[in-house]
Amino acid sequence: MLEKALSGSKLYWTWLIALLVVVGAGFGAYLVQYNKGLMITGMSRDVSWGFYIAQFTFLVGVAASAVMLVLPYYLHHYKTFGRITILGEFLAIASVIMCILFITVDLGKPSRILNVMIHPTPNSILFWDMIVLNGYLIINLVAGWVTLESERKNVPPPGWIKFVIYLSIPWAVSIHTVTAFLYAGLPGRGFWLTAIMAPRFLASAFAAGPAVLILLGYLVKKLTRFDAGREAFETLAKIVCYAIILHIFFFLLEVFTVAYSAIPSHTSHLQYLYFGLHGHSMLVPWVWTALACGLTAIVLLVNPRTRQNPTILPIACVLVFICTWIDKGMAMISGGFVPNPLHEITEYSPTGLELMITIGVYAAGMLVLTILYKVALGVKAEEEAV
Amino acid sequence: MGVDRRKFLKLAGVSAALGLGGTAGFQLLKPGSLDAAERMPTPYQMVFPSEQGNSDVTPNPERLKGRRWGMLIDMRKLTPAKAQAAIEACNYYHNVPKIPGKQEIKWIWTAPYPNVFPETENRWADPDIKNAQFITMCNHCNNPPCVRVCPTKATFQREDGVVMMDMHRCIGCRFCMAGCPYGSRSFNFRDPRPFIKKEYPLYPTRTKGVVEKCTFCTERLAVGKLPYCSEASGGAMVFGDVDDAGSELRQLLRKRYSIRRKPNLGTDPQVYYLV
Repeated sequence: MLEKALSGSKLYWTWLIALLVVVGAGFGAYLVQYNKGLMITGMSRDVSWGFYIAQFTFLVGVAASAVMLVLPYYLHHYKTFGRITILGEFLAIASVIMCILFITVDLGKPSRILNVMIHPTPNSILFWDMIVLNGYLIINLVAGWVTLESERKNVPPPGWIKFVIYLSIPWAVSIHTVTAFLYAGLPGRGFWLTAIMAPRFLASAFAAGPAVLILLGYLVKKLTRFDAGREAFETLAKIVCYAIILHIFFFLLEVFTVAYSAIPSHTSHLQYLYFGLHGHSMLVPWVWTALACGLTAIVLLVNPRTRQNPTILPIACVLVFICTWIDKGMAMISGGFVPNPLHEITEYSPTGLELMITIGVYAAGMLVLTILYKVALGVKAEEEAV
Repeated sequence: MGVDRRKFLKLAGVSAALGLGGTAGFQLLKPGSLDAAERMPTPYQMVFPSEQGNSDVTPNPERLKGRRWGMLIDMRKLTPAKAQAAIEACNYYHNVPKIPGKQEIKWIWTAPYPNVFPETENRWADPDIKNAQFITMCNHCNNPPCVRVCPTKATFQREDGVVMMDMHRCIGCRFCMAGCPYGSRSFNFRDPRPFIKKEYPLYPTRTKGVVEKCTFCTERLAVGKLPYCSEASGGAMVFGDVDDAGSELRQLLRKRYSIRRKPNLGTDPQVYYLV
């Protein structure tokens, strides 16, 4: 089937080459980092994880959100998602690949990455994160590829694939739960020490992932003849709507617990993020933008007239994306590290090289996504032509 | 075939007997290991029993013997000059680089009371204490979160409680830095070697990309000497076995009131401050 990716329009090839150029630039920046060490990033002794780990955390959510299509389609036989489930699974594959790349570029000694497997350490959440991420990648590759191949050959998918698909449902939940556990179990980091970290992560993921999928769906509709169908978009929009409401609700739960208990080691982080602390307020405009975007998106998505409007829905999805991306891709990590355990404040912002590497990884993910979508849409088009 | 079934079983039996004999012999030769087993395991050890060390190595008879090492910092004796001497000794003998800015390396350093003991601040405390610069370092916790989170066992705990780093196994994921509630770990964001003013040739330098921290001078304990900071502090920093009721450290702890950093987190830090 991969040969379907080898023939395409001029636009397709221009897009691929443009992505390759960006990947190349990112790789060049990475070579600088590889040579000089992580000193080229804005990270510090106090904020020891930065943009890379934040993007990884965000994209784990996008990957996990494929379950929002797989579950209704395979478990509840919701036929409307039949046409786009494969797009969700392929988005998950591209996202997990980006996650793995982000973890790799974040390592101080990437050449030793196999130590995680050579010295398996079950008491480290990072060990389990490796297991669930790689497992999820394989599950989605197998499930997506096998179902698409049978679709192409016009035969029913093999019986065993059902098991893999059912497995992918709890597995999707596990990848984001385990990622939340990376943060949630650490003593002395008040911002992360909360039991609703995993549900919070899942809520924002189920908002961000389907929002991205709606946007991709619109794009695909514009570029190819493939249309997921009005109803599929509408159901996805409802999922985004409920999820973004939950996301904001969970955030307010955190605010209550932290603010009412008034324990300084817990309040100081939210204070830093939303109002600034001791004159440091780098993230304040960002987090308020996120909140405003989230609330506006809720208004647009709750109201059926705006939600069903094909021009307003993509705007709402972009707002959801901005809200969840700032929340996880920026505030979640810095917010946990500032102030540090000695109550000192060191702020973090990524450097140019760090951003270039980040963009390079995103471009690599888009490259994978483009090729996978080209294959999937090629099969769908072939099938419809028959 | 060279080995038939009968021969194989014989061989297997003999090796099993030898294996058992080896373990029993080890216990007879090293009675201390039985005592160590009687220690109450920490909650962490109950969930994740630590791996046994390499028993093939004969320990140096000159070494300092202790079941659980700890450090006591006497704030009445610790003058800024003594603190400085301790820090300088540690930095020199461990080739700790002096990197300016927020990507610095710190094994042992001083910080004001409200930073070392956040949330235990007392507005009306004795100004001598309130305004003092406290020495801070790795607490060598009994229940170390850094060991719990490390994905490669590059950070591990020895039987005598010292929390160690294997610089050759560390992948530089910095999970231990997120896990440490005392900010006691540093990461080599760059090659540290150009930042070592005068290299001490008997201790290894580090490379970029690994985490490092205070080790309670295990290289000194192994040859029967006290940690550099303790030696240089003019009696303000007392190193000793917290499991030994007769040790100087325990006697001081009995006589005077001591505090520890963030005891509520359950990490059971082994650095005590006499105030």
